[in-house]
Amino acid sequence: MAAETDKPEKMMDVSVWRGGPDGGAFESFKAPQQESQTILDVVTYIQQNEDPSLAYRFACRVGMCGSCAMMVNGQPRWTCRTHVQKVLKDNKLVIAPLRNLPVIRDLATDMTVFFDKWTAAEASFTPTKTRHDPMAPINPETPERLAASEAIECINCAVCYAACDAVAGNEDYLGPAALNRAWTLVNDVRDGGHESRMDAVSAAGGCHNCHSMGNCAQFCPNELNPTASIAGLKRATVKAALGLRK
Amino acid sequence: MLDLRLYMLQRLSALILAPLVLTHIGVMIYAVQGGLSAAEILGRTQGSIPWMLFYGLFVAAVSVHASIGVRAVAAEWFGVRGSALSGLTLAVFAILGILGARAVYAVTAL
Ligand code: SF4
Ligand code: SF4
Ligand code: FES
Repeated sequence: MAAETDKPEKMMDVSVWRGGPDGGAFESFKAPQQESQTILDVVTYIQQNEDPSLAYRFACRVGMCGSCAMMVNGQPRWTCRTHVQKVLKDNKLVIAPLRNLPVIRDLATDMTVFFDKWTAAEASFTPTKTRHDPMAPINPETPERLAASEAIECINCAVCYAACDAVAGNEDYLGPAALNRAWTLVNDVRDGGHESRMDAVSAAGGCHNCHSMGNCAQFCPNELNPTASIAGLKRATVKAALGLRK
Repeated sequence: MLDLRLYMLQRLSALILAPLVLTHIGVMIYAVQGGLSAAEILGRTQGSIPWMLFYGLFVAAVSVHASIGVRAVAAEWFGVRGSALSGLTLAVFAILGILGARAVYAVTAL
């Protein structure tokens, strides 16, 4: 491998959080910088070359599955699509498990609460037809469908959930991802769960706890805007409470 | 913490407060520029039903609005929960209401 020895590798400092549910601490590693390198590449390098016991989670490596999110230099990121060059500060990376979620081990968080809140927000489709009915014709240009389409490409990565200060201050708050998903269903003409969903997102941990400050929209890797979706939900719940149809 | 009911109460009280606050400030500036003394101002407000209603509504809206706001801050920043949170909300509401009602009484009763 002559090419590699010709050019001495530039090393960077990487602090990685190690520990479990009861606490932990940062551990320092060195990793070589490479071109087009992602944060996930760095974590994988450490796991393969420095400490095979490092726990972390990933699957697709191309920004589809939503399993690789971590805190990088204090900000939530999808690590498989975050280039080191974009976030490296003073030749240093600090990598920690996602905020607002309990840690299983090292960089792997327990996302159970996150998904339980999707269920609690009734962020699932309630069919009004059976497989024996003809397919519902959907006009992609209606305002409802445009609103739904705008919010639909969520990969469940919990980056927004980690970015949300309302979640940090209130463990019951359903959070941006679940509420964003609920909003897509409010705008789905085929869905039949409107009333109970309105109740679900109006309860104590519901959409009215959002401060509309937009951390979620700022950090969502898919450039979704849960802040706007939640504002839509707030309007819809007020309309529902006043007896107006959505 | 904030459900639909509290959210609506807070929005509604804000809606009521906005014009009241503007009128309150406007009248204050106007009265001071006209060179009215405290006694002259009291002479006009005492016994005035419109001013009593105006500031009565003002106090009611402030009490609702501020107690819900304090509730959210207490819950998110200081971790207050459950009955302590409800108690705090009601206490802030009651204190503001009572102090405000006393002030309205002093300024508008004969
Ligand atoms: S806008 Fe709302 S949901 Fe988004 S981060 Fe802020 S509080 Fe959380
Ligand atoms: S809304 Fe964005 S940040 Fe939040 S889970 Fe979905 S893709 Fe991730
Ligand atoms: S590994 Fe699938 S989104 Fe990053």
